Amino acid sequence: MSQRNVIPFGPQHPVLPEPIHLDLVTEDETVIEAIPSIGFVHRGLEKLVEKKDYQDFVYVAERICGICSFMHGMTYCQAVEEIMEIAVPERALYLRTVWAELSRIHSHLMWLGLAADAFGFESLFMNCWRLREGILDIIEATTGGRVIFGSCKIGGVRRDIDDETMKGIVEKLGTIGAEIGRTTDVFLNDYSVQHRLKGIGVLSGEEAHALGTVGPVLRASGVAMDARKIDYAAYRNLKFEPVVEKAGDCHARCRVRVREIFQSVDLIGQAARKMPGGEIFVKVTGAPNGEFFSRVEQPRGEVIYYVKANGTKNLQRFRVRTPTFANLPAMVKMLEGASIADVPNIILTIDPCISCVER
Amino acid sequence: MSFLSMTRNIAENLFKGPSTRRYPKEKREYGLKSRGMIGIDIEACIFCGLCSRRCPTGALTVRKDQKEWEIDRLRCVFCGYCVEVCPKKCLAMANHYSPCVTERAAAVHLERQALRDAADAPAEGKE
Ligand code: SF4
Ligand code: SF4
Repeated sequence: MSQRNVIPFGPQHPVLPEPIHLDLVTEDETVIEAIPSIGFVHRGLEKLVEKKDYQDFVYVAERICGICSFMHGMTYCQAVEEIMEIAVPERALYLRTVWAELSRIHSHLMWLGLAADAFGFESLFMNCWRLREGILDIIEATTGGRVIFGSCKIGGVRRDIDDETMKGIVEKLGTIGAEIGRTTDVFLNDYSVQHRLKGIGVLSGEEAHALGTVGPVLRASGVAMDARKIDYAAYRNLKFEPVVEKAGDCHARCRVRVREIFQSVDLIGQAARKMPGGEIFVKVTGAPNGEFFSRVEQPRGEVIYYVKANGTKNLQRFRVRTPTFANLPAMVKMLEGASIADVPNIILTIDPCISCVER
Repeated sequence: MSFLSMTRNIAENLFKGPSTRRYPKEKREYGLKSRGMIGIDIEACIFCGLCSRRCPTGALTVRKDQKEWEIDRLRCVFCGYCVEVCPKKCLAMANHYSPCVTERAAAVHLERQALRDAADAPAEGKE
């Protein structure tokens, strides 16, 4: 029997600028067990809710994650709006949908770049990030920030996108979309990429479901579960089907994200066509009293917010279950039996965002 | 499956310039809506303190008795909430960053309202 070694991975590792530490128990080149430890960047944002006014807290919620920032703010707003029974204007719901889908595109492009970086395809990495810059420009032109939108508020949104600009965005997404297509073709068809990703880190549908995975990880294993189907924001009026792949390996997770980019482009087009006129927010007075679970499909999967209020300006309890947290057990499972060289790829295919795991 | 799937990209790159900007020779143009440095029209301010109470990072300090408004630019996260809540609309956001500093204290910016005639001071101070 060969000797067992423990190889530490992270919290500082070139492939992953996120502070997670894994003890990889290995035998020769094979990982026998992976023991994760987190907690390096805990910020205590959930506790902060007791100190901040519930309306100001939107800004804090947005900063839970720097990539799905808008969706964090939106999930929080949805929870408080449900508790206070606020009817958000239709136009605001559509605008939220557009911004949420823009975040999904930029997040997936970023992930594709990082994945290319992990398997050593530098020029592909740069290409993805160049394309992402075009999306960030749209976001900056409409919200004023590149990644922190600051546009959601309880009762609606803070900024409007006029029809002219909206048309321009759809046109621009058309041209960027064609370019994205050329780049993602490399992910889908290139021999070397497939060589690194096919058959690696396989997770069956039953396992994925039993381990409670969410988002692209779950859908790549053949389970059609997408929180957008529970009809929040404007999704009830838009036509789309969850993107599903069967194989459950790293390449399937990559394909899900590639296809979701084009799905998002399509959703923005639909939302732009159907966008109603009218107000973009309603004035909110008083304080919430009650509790609510709010769910939103983020680029990494479903996020769950639990908000409990007691009729004062400060909330009583606030809890966030982020998608990466739900996907960590699956990641540990996939690492068992993997070769050392595939560890970075497997870790990256769950699209880990450790800063939001720790909140 | 294909090899050489990046060929088109390579060919394009031979003729296209770089995608990155030649900074600092070529500066970035900020969009009109970009959120940036907070400025104040101090003469219009009534020192109600709403901006400092709402600021999520506590970057603002308002001293009503001294007629002073102070911002710690390194704490400001450019959220724009102060601009939104100001009743006199005397705050504004520029579309660029605040200037660089080499020490923390230099980022604290103070504005003081010029002293007016004793006659209008109480009226101005009314909330
Ligand atoms: S909210 Fe406006 S008027 Fe009130 S103190 Fe701040 S800047 Fe002055
Ligand atoms: S922009 Fe936001 S962080 Fe900056 S001073 Fe205003 S309220 Fe405070």
